[in-house]
Order: sequence, then structure tokens, then C-alpha cells
Amino acid sequence: MSDPIKADKVMDLKGLPCPMPVVKVSKGIKEVQVGQVIEALTTDPGALTDFPAWARTSGNEILKTDQDGGVIKIYIKRLK
Amino acid sequence: MAAELEVIEQQIAAMKEQLAELSGRVQENKLSTVVFSGDLDRVLASFIIATGAVAMGMEVVMFFTFWGISVLRDKNKNAGEKDLMGKMFGAMLPKGAGSVKLSKMNMGGMGTTMMKTLMKKKNVASLDQMIELAGELGVQIYVCEMSMDLMEFKREEMIDYPNMSFCGVAKFLEEAMHSKIQLFI
Repeated sequence: MSDPIKADKVMDLKGLPCPMPVVKVSKGIKEVQVGQVIEALTTDPGALTDFPAWARTSGNEILKTDQDGGVIKIYIKRLK
Repeated sequence: MAAELEVIEQQIAAMKEQLAELSGRVQENKLSTVVFSGDLDRVLASFIIATGAVAMGMEVVMFFTFWGISVLRDKNKNAGEKDLMGKMFGAMLPKGAGSVKLSKMNMGGMGTTMMKTLMKKKNVASLDQMIELAGELGVQIYVCEMSMDLMEFKREEMIDYPNMSFCGVAKFLEEAMHSKIQLFI
């Protein structure tokens, strides 16, 4: 059991479908410092494949993905 | 010694030439789309891809031509003087994102109304909202001058969009040549 990840910013994107979760996080990540972490909450099942694709392309890192019922929690670390 | 220098100078000149040619061919991290269709579903897909591409760190350029231009008309603006054909075209073509129809299952407008209700229910952004978002994200819109002229659309009847200009096919081709992705929708 790893330590819980401490998020510097939480973004509640529940109920928003494609492309909003990725669009909003790509804006939100500019509001945290490099090395800081965003916790994104989404109900879009597409996010499970979209966020890793976005992170690979934008050069950021998905630290962890949790799924609790219909809510997906994604921890994203700003790398650059 | 002087001869050697001359050879080096010639080589540098040749390299500069090659470099200039190569930089003209470099693909930027850019998406170019042609929005030819004026159908609600197709144009919505265009804007979802465009805004998604900005999120992925890409520069985005959209070229609106033919039927696509109807989407960019502002329903609250008046075009001013037009001749009879222009007036007829203007009246028959959709005026703005709110009045475009689905490419399938329109069923005299019923299908489109149902789709819009569903979109609202499922929180899918409307076409108007997507255009506004694209503007905020810096998506560049070019409008085909020839189609504008053909359909007698006036610049004064276009929506207020922050990055909109008017161009011809060469501008699109230049952008497309430098884009990693080009789509025709």
C-alpha cells in the first residue's frame, strides 16, 4: 500500500464529456508549478485512455488512476 | 589558402540553400482542417477535434469553405445590400451554429431538435459553446474568400471570433504542408 498522493489542485470535471476533461486539465496544469500534482475527478470513461494519451503527448505524467464507482480519479504531475 | 577559403564559402552557401529548402518542408505540431460541411454533426466533430488538439499541445488552423461557412454567420447581424440571388441564398442557407441541421435523421428538423435535447441532457457542449471555446484556446479560423463571394456572404454578417481571417486555397495549402495532421470534414 503506497502513501496517498497529495494533490496541489483538485479539478472536479464530473459530468463533463469529451473533449472537456482533457481541454480543462490542459488549461489547469498551467496553473500549477512544475512538479506539482493535479487530482482530476471525471465520470467520462473515455478519460481512462484519453489522459494517458494526453500525458504522453504533452510530456506530463499520470501518477495514478483510481476508480470509485462511476468516478475516475486521475493524478497528473506537471513535468514541464 | 584563398582557394580553400573559397571552397568553404561555396559549401556554406550550398548548405544555407539546403537548409532554407528543408525548413520549408518541416512539419510543425499543427492540425489543419477543412470544414466543408455545414452539417451540425460534422462541424461539431471538427470543433471537438480542434479543441482536443489544442489540449494536446498542437496549433490548430481551421479552413471554412462552402457549406461550412453558414455556421460562422451571426444570426443577429445584417449583411446589408445584396442582389436577389444573394438574398435568396442568404435566406435559404442556415444562419449560424444554432440553425444547422444533422447530416442524417434530420426528419424535418425533429431529429436535430431531439439531438440537441440529448446533448443538453448529457452535458455535451453545443456548437455555439464549442466555437467560443475554440476562440478562447486560440484556434485560428480562415474563411474561403471565393465561397464567401459565391454565396454572397458578407464579412459584416460573420460572428465575432477573435482569430478569424479570410483567405484562398494557397493559404490552406501552405498551412497543410506544415501540419502533421490534415483533415477534410
